[in-house]
Amino acid sequence: MNVLPVPTSLDYQTVDAFFDQVALAKEGRALFDARHLRWVDPNGMVGLLVAGTVAGRRGALPRLELPESSDVHGYLSRMAFFEAAKGVFDFDAPVRRGAAKGASDVLLEITPIVANADVHQVVDRVQSKAGAILSSRLGYPATAVVQFSVILSEICQNIVEHAEAPGWVAAQAYNWARRLGRYVVVISVMDVGRGFRGSLHDEHSARYGDRWADTTALEAAFLHGITRFPDSGRGQGIQQIRKQVRRWDGAITIRSGTARIGQVPEWDDTPPLTDGMQPFPGAQISIILPAKAEP
Amino acid sequence: MIEPGPDPHLSPVWIDVGQVLQRTVTSLYSHLVTRPTGRAVRLAIETQLQSAGERSLSLIDLSEVVVIDFSCADEVVAKLLESAHASPRHEAYFVFGGVHEPHRDQIETVLERRGLAAVAETDQHVFALLGSVSEAEERMWRALEQRGAVSEDEIGAVLPDGNAVQLLIERRLALRSPRSGSLHALSRLVRRAT
Repeated sequence: MNVLPVPTSLDYQTVDAFFDQVALAKEGRALFDARHLRWVDPNGMVGLLVAGTVAGRRGALPRLELPESSDVHGYLSRMAFFEAAKGVFDFDAPVRRGAAKGASDVLLEITPIVANADVHQVVDRVQSKAGAILSSRLGYPATAVVQFSVILSEICQNIVEHAEAPGWVAAQAYNWARRLGRYVVVISVMDVGRGFRGSLHDEHSARYGDRWADTTALEAAFLHGITRFPDSGRGQGIQQIRKQVRRWDGAITIRSGTARIGQVPEWDDTPPLTDGMQPFPGAQISIILPAKAEP
Repeated sequence: MIEPGPDPHLSPVWIDVGQVLQRTVTSLYSHLVTRPTGRAVRLAIETQLQSAGERSLSLIDLSEVVVIDFSCADEVVAKLLESAHASPRHEAYFVFGGVHEPHRDQIETVLERRGLAAVAETDQHVFALLGSVSEAEERMWRALEQRGAVSEDEIGAVLPDGNAVQLLIERRLALRSPRSGSLHALSRLVRRAT
């Protein structure tokens, strides 16, 4: 069995290295050892599902050793991780360890995205509870919940329309007291589909010739709004998400294949473009929205 | 409810998009999101307008819609206008109602992307021209909006930029009465009864 140690902290900063590790794993059944996991954000949780799905394609259903930390356990439970993990991992039924501590800042539990009906469900859920968190934690105006829903709708539709494979979405608010001195909302949307290069290949690869790669495909979609559809009204989803994330001084990154592209604000030191990672299926999107800065 | 306007004797059609959404797609969906949903709603509106005669004026009322995303705005607003303008048999005019702040960005964006413009009620009895419009068109539209209607004799004096006025007519952002030649602001023709 291939043992894949899950890092003690699995979040937007460490998930790419984790994917690289999964990409390099040998054929055969995998064991994801998450016993020492101490911190996981939506990127980590959704990333774990994506990694498990990718590993499962190479052999039998991978095994997941659950975290020993009761806090992490409670958090995974609150985010509906265990429901989503059924069918992705073989794991022992988690032992109920009482209610998770503290008030919940879950904006959106892990939700599978397969069809348009799932996008409606995401928007319904977010509308019903995100408004209070966005205003109390981030100081956003009451109307921001609509823009937030629009972001989630557009980004989840990318999975339905382009990935040709399932994906997941999750969102949670955190106090980044040390890192930023503010609350943030972290949104993760990932799929295990054909990725940006695969989606754009038939219509656009020829004009790029030898330069056609994950990087150029990401640049085409992310920077120039290019899509596989000829309709001039298409391809604006990502452009408008970028615009709204910029208005909120947030960060957005997309990994697809070997590359990652991002629009990063001053407070984030993530490079805007990274290439040379291990080939990994699908697209993995992370959005971080910070609280309004104090004047 | 809609009060028919004066001169061009059009009976405006009021279409509540919230109701169309629930009737057409499913009563479980309360938001205008995803492209297939938008497409279904647009087709339902187009079907409703097929019986409207050679000329129609519709108030597409979005006030019961909480969330409209870019994909739906493209289908329900931009593509509705585009397909109506392309029809050789039917002269359709539209006013989009209930375009409050949370909807505005999505609608403006999709209109600009396709080089379109539309008259929208952005607040109660407040109308704006959204989308791709020149300064001259905007100026002439505002002048017409202030007056509500301008008789044929007055057009040159009140609306001196003839090219811009012609574009407003061609783009169906203002309505010229075929009988009297007077020019009408669409907002005055689609007043809701209070």
